[in-house]
Amino acid sequence: MSALALLARNRLALGGLIVMALVVLLAILTPLLPLAPPNVTDTGNRFLPPFSPGAPLGTDHLGRDLLSRLMWGTRLSLAVGIAAAFVAATIGAAIGIVAGYYGGRTDNVIMRGVDMLMAFPYILLALAIVAALGPGLMNALIAVAAVNIPFFARNIRGITVGIAHKEFVDAARLSGMSDARIILTEILPNVVPVIVIAMSTTVGWMILETAGLSFLGLGSQPPVADLGSMLGEARAALITNPHTSIVPGLMILVIVMAINLLGDGIRDALDPRLKSGALNRPLPATLVAPDRQPESQQNDGILTLDNLQTQFRVKHRTYRAVGGVTLSVKPGECLGIIGESGSGKSVTALSVMGLVASPPGLVTGGSVHYRGDDLIGAPYRQLRSLRGSQIAYIFQDPLATLHPLYRIGDQLIEAIAVHHSISRAEGRKRAIDLLNAVRIPNAASRIDDYPHEMSGGMRQRVGIAMALANDPEVIIADEPTTALDVTVQAQILSLLDDLRRDRGLAIIFITHDFGVVGQLCDRVAVMYAGRIVEQGPTRAILDAPRHPYTARLMACVPELGAGKRRLEAIPGLPPPVDDLPPGCAFAPRCDRATDTCRRGDIALESAGDRALRCLQPVQPQEAMP
Amino acid sequence: MTRYILRRLISAIPVLFGISVIVFAIMALIPGDPATAILGSFATPENVARLNEDLGLDKPLVQQYVIWLGNLLQGDLGRSFNLNRPVLDEVLERFNATLVLAGTSFVLCSILGIVAGVVSAANQYGTADRAITFVVLLGISIPSFFLGMMMILTFAVNLRMFPASGMWPIFGDRDLWALLRHLTLPALALSVVATGVIARLSRSAMLEVLRQDFIRTARAKGVPERGVIWRHALRAAMVSIIPVLGIQAGFVLSGAVYIEVVFQWPGIGRMLVDAILRRDILLVQGGVIFVAACYVLFNIVVDVAQSLLDPRIKT
Repeated sequence: MSALALLARNRLALGGLIVMALVVLLAILTPLLPLAPPNVTDTGNRFLPPFSPGAPLGTDHLGRDLLSRLMWGTRLSLAVGIAAAFVAATIGAAIGIVAGYYGGRTDNVIMRGVDMLMAFPYILLALAIVAALGPGLMNALIAVAAVNIPFFARNIRGITVGIAHKEFVDAARLSGMSDARIILTEILPNVVPVIVIAMSTTVGWMILETAGLSFLGLGSQPPVADLGSMLGEARAALITNPHTSIVPGLMILVIVMAINLLGDGIRDALDPRLKSGALNRPLPATLVAPDRQPESQQNDGILTLDNLQTQFRVKHRTYRAVGGVTLSVKPGECLGIIGESGSGKSVTALSVMGLVASPPGLVTGGSVHYRGDDLIGAPYRQLRSLRGSQIAYIFQDPLATLHPLYRIGDQLIEAIAVHHSISRAEGRKRAIDLLNAVRIPNAASRIDDYPHEMSGGMRQRVGIAMALANDPEVIIADEPTTALDVTVQAQILSLLDDLRRDRGLAIIFITHDFGVVGQLCDRVAVMYAGRIVEQGPTRAILDAPRHPYTARLMACVPELGAGKRRLEAIPGLPPPVDDLPPGCAFAPRCDRATDTCRRGDIALESAGDRALRCLQPVQPQEAMP
Repeated sequence: MTRYILRRLISAIPVLFGISVIVFAIMALIPGDPATAILGSFATPENVARLNEDLGLDKPLVQQYVIWLGNLLQGDLGRSFNLNRPVLDEVLERFNATLVLAGTSFVLCSILGIVAGVVSAANQYGTADRAITFVVLLGISIPSFFLGMMMILTFAVNLRMFPASGMWPIFGDRDLWALLRHLTLPALALSVVATGVIARLSRSAMLEVLRQDFIRTARAKGVPERGVIWRHALRAAMVSIIPVLGIQAGFVLSGAVYIEVVFQWPGIGRMLVDAILRRDILLVQGGVIFVAACYVLFNIVVDVAQSLLDPRIKT
């Protein structure tokens, strides 16, 4: 079982398990150990300090041996806590299963009752129950169990609802099984693991709570003592003889801590997100491998990528998302990057400003030059001051990329304010100008909208306005129109085109849509499996694609008025970038591939203003079938 | 907004009703003759008869409940026979003290817990994260009553920094300094567990948020990392932290029982424990229902706070 293996790897949880096993073992063995009788008083030997002869931990206010009382008390506390957990789990699970399985009114009535119980502050309800039943350990157990029933009922009901609508339950019902039998044979086995986990995380609480009630004098009654009542009795002598308090108190701490460690370990082991590292916090800037080989600037341009390599390292796997990309863009120019999802185009774009989530992202080689400076490995301060002010991003899906809880005006003002000190009024005026610039009607009133109050097209305009906030030199647009319908898309594209002409912006435009490339881009680079396979002026590529992948990709685009042309999907999927084939990555899906294509690395060969990475290029005359 | 608050208040009515049923039902569990149980086994027969008549204990259960609820709605929680005064007076007086303690603790645990969780998440797997995670684990594992005792031993007895027990009245002398000195240790001891729980939740909520796309947008805008964490991420994480604050308020409010006993704080928790030990059933009943009702109302405050924080919630 991988969960057990994970638990074993979690050293803290393992420590908890060992301590707990030890405590339980000692508790079980207590009657067999040569201990002094726990409840025999010896007033002549009151408050002996620890390490006294015959009393290793000393004696309490009645001269009883503390070690013996500690062992017996632990035994009692564990027994009561675990029993309470079992009672709560059993009754809670029964209620939860019935509510979840039958649903409808039964569910409604039961869960309303459970909600009522949960409306009580936890310990208060336990106190009320003890008040009614009277003080005593058994009653404390009942109270603690009762208070925890709603927790189990809720959890188990949730799981049961999920299971009750699964096919195998329907099948059992159709085969004429009774409800009781379905619950016992189909539902229960699936719920038991959840019950066990819930118990493992709550049994610590229950031990603590019963100890608490005993501490208050409402649980175990003298002379029998659990850890809580030992502490309660010792309280009177706290100042004169603290050891009588510290001994049981520490024991409770050790037990509860061990259980908590174990419970955390179990929970972590079962959380799939932890296994995949999906709960890692992305650092402010993408990490750069210490052995990265910087690259000198190879082309003219305000922004150049020079043999840039970015990887994702998850566990022992390395995903080569960007495998050496060289690109450049000049002021006033629009460069398109096109490719299927997973081709590495977004990661390429995010690598420029260190925005690839890291961990697991890592720039392993190459450089990004902006006005001659290498941005890869640049100090965070420098990177931050360039972000948004010199190089700005427009992202896909503005519902997710705008902060949901701030007004768009505030988000725009912030974009300016992090780079320039401006007053609020100035910022607001500037934000309205920006909204006008991206042609949002009624900018002065929409500025106070939250993102969820706007349409997709309007939100995307806000995203563009934000990118324009500081008059950047370069805009990197990552599929900014993918989520939009065609008319809105056309408006956004013409807006970007105008801005480029008016402001001399350099734009890197990422898309998977050749139609968009044709409308906006001067040049286009085609990416496949993390590398550029073909690059050149848009018109030339569109007229005569040379790489078979480019040709196939273009054949996927329907054209208005092109008659009855067959839309051809590319068979197969892009290769997984953690296991790239040698040679051409497209070869497995390519009908022109030969054995030489699969052999060694194929270089990107430049010829004039075009570049191509292919041994079997499409000839110009066969380009259009 | 007013309409939303009103709606939430109305929706609390069935919950309050349910609470009254549960409290009444629990008291109906009392084994044997309730009047004897309330008055103790040494009660005179006249007193038993009078109580039976007062509470309608000779009538059927449903009718008893209706009478009891009627009295309750008029603010009549009965009379404590031990203290010989109306339950409501005693409860209000004691609740006042609890509110000072639990309120302070709640503010403490909210601030400390959120800050610890944010710092922890922002330095995930770093030294600060490890240190906080360890302290938090210790905090949620230590029984608050034991922690309180150890605090008395250390800070009151050995270091003589704070008084070991008791409370300074808020009204009356108006000696804020004396009140704070008396309040420090119990408020800290009471807040430790909740601080731990809130810190853990805040950490995971922050980690969840920090992976969201809008955080990347904030970074792409050039927002400094401090702003990304405290302005962008925390604001979004608060949406899942606030409900937990509501739950923890309940733990602080009822966990005050232990702290009040340890520090001799004259609050409602200690009153309840004393009342249970003296079998002063009506006092217990009144105290429990009063605190539970306050908690329900407090949760409405939490909901309203949530709706103020998250504009996506339709009010």
